[in-house]
Amino acid sequence: MTETTPPAAHSPSPHGSAWTDQRVEIWVGIMLRTGVMLAAAIVLLGGVLYLAHSHGPRPDYTHFHAEPASYTTLSGVLHGLAAFDPRAIIMLGLLVLIATPVARVGMCIVGFLFERDHLYTAVSTIVLLILLYSLFFHK
Amino acid sequence: MTALVFSLILLVSALAAGLLGALSGLGGGVVIVPLLTIVFRVDIHYAIGASLVSVIATSSGAAAAYVREGFSNIRVGMFLEIATTLGALVGAWLTTRVPTHAIGTVFGLVLLYSAYTSLKQHHDLLTQKPDALALRLRLKGRLPTGPDSHEDYVAQRIPAGFSLMTMAGVLSGLLGIGSGAVKVIAMDQAMRLPFKVSTTTSNFMIGVTAAASAGLYLRSGYFAPALAMPVMLGVLAGSLIGSRLLVRIHVRTLKIVFALIIVALGVEMIFNSLSGRL
Repeated sequence: MTETTPPAAHSPSPHGSAWTDQRVEIWVGIMLRTGVMLAAAIVLLGGVLYLAHSHGPRPDYTHFHAEPASYTTLSGVLHGLAAFDPRAIIMLGLLVLIATPVARVGMCIVGFLFERDHLYTAVSTIVLLILLYSLFFHK
Repeated sequence: MTALVFSLILLVSALAAGLLGALSGLGGGVVIVPLLTIVFRVDIHYAIGASLVSVIATSSGAAAAYVREGFSNIRVGMFLEIATTLGALVGAWLTTRVPTHAIGTVFGLVLLYSAYTSLKQHHDLLTQKPDALALRLRLKGRLPTGPDSHEDYVAQRIPAGFSLMTMAGVLSGLLGIGSGAVKVIAMDQAMRLPFKVSTTTSNFMIGVTAAASAGLYLRSGYFAPALAMPVMLGVLAGSLIGSRLLVRIHVRTLKIVFALIIVALGVEMIFNSLSGRL
């Protein structure tokens, strides 16, 4: 346990895991809010650019045609960004948003490691592995 | 209709959905899919994609506030996320294979059920009986009940809670919703956790559960950027405003109104699915 104080804890007990738990949760909360606000700002930027450049009728969503590869893969989105495609900017915001809860699980692993809580380090690692599998391999 | 007008109408509708969702405690996600499919004639797959991103945004945006109150239990949440993420993998896989009318019908039933649970009175069924498995898994905690008082609780019936959570995950992946209603049932009814702990921990879990479906949704092309943009921004703004208003207004009437809207949408959803119009 280090000497740093938690930013805004209500009467934390100075000893034991409750204190560290609360500190981890507070940092997790800050991280989640930052991730969401960053994602929303990127989506908003992409949205404004998209609307500024689109003059035609609204897109038709009544029938499902999977979005093209430029919006379904990371490399597609990155190519779109290089070309300054507003929809790719929106997609980047969505990817940041999806990464936020994944990062929160990663932070919990670190927190439990600091607490020497081996059981919950393992539990969080399992959750992270399931998430990484779902993001990269799930078919 | 131009793209600009369409986006603005979507933004305002999503804002209203997020506001009502936060005020009623049901979350905005549950009305986004019926709103998009029934009112805006959007294909259910795009609707599910747009809904999922708003669910992640709301859950993560609100979590910071809940964490500060000290009600959510990260061990309970993390342990049960094994169940919800595995369930979500199955649900997302199903949604790419199951016919649209089946998804619509299940969605309608979930809406009716959510409306019912939102109006039910809640009684905490706390027991202090030590449950051997719960103690070994450290699924216990302390609920602050006042400035200097607290109440200790221990989870009960872990297998039942875990199974229900898997179900919640399947529904989340299948329908692009947070399935908070089922998560709360699993915790406060099956596992006998205090209601406040159940609702806040559920909210905390929703983002992680939803993220487990996002990869397959992305690869399957469910995220239409220009559609998801106004929906996600609207729901997020609405739910942030809603959670601020929450302390100041009378919720009961609003809850009934929102439940009635959800029942109407649920019936419409089932009707459209069965008559092949979805």
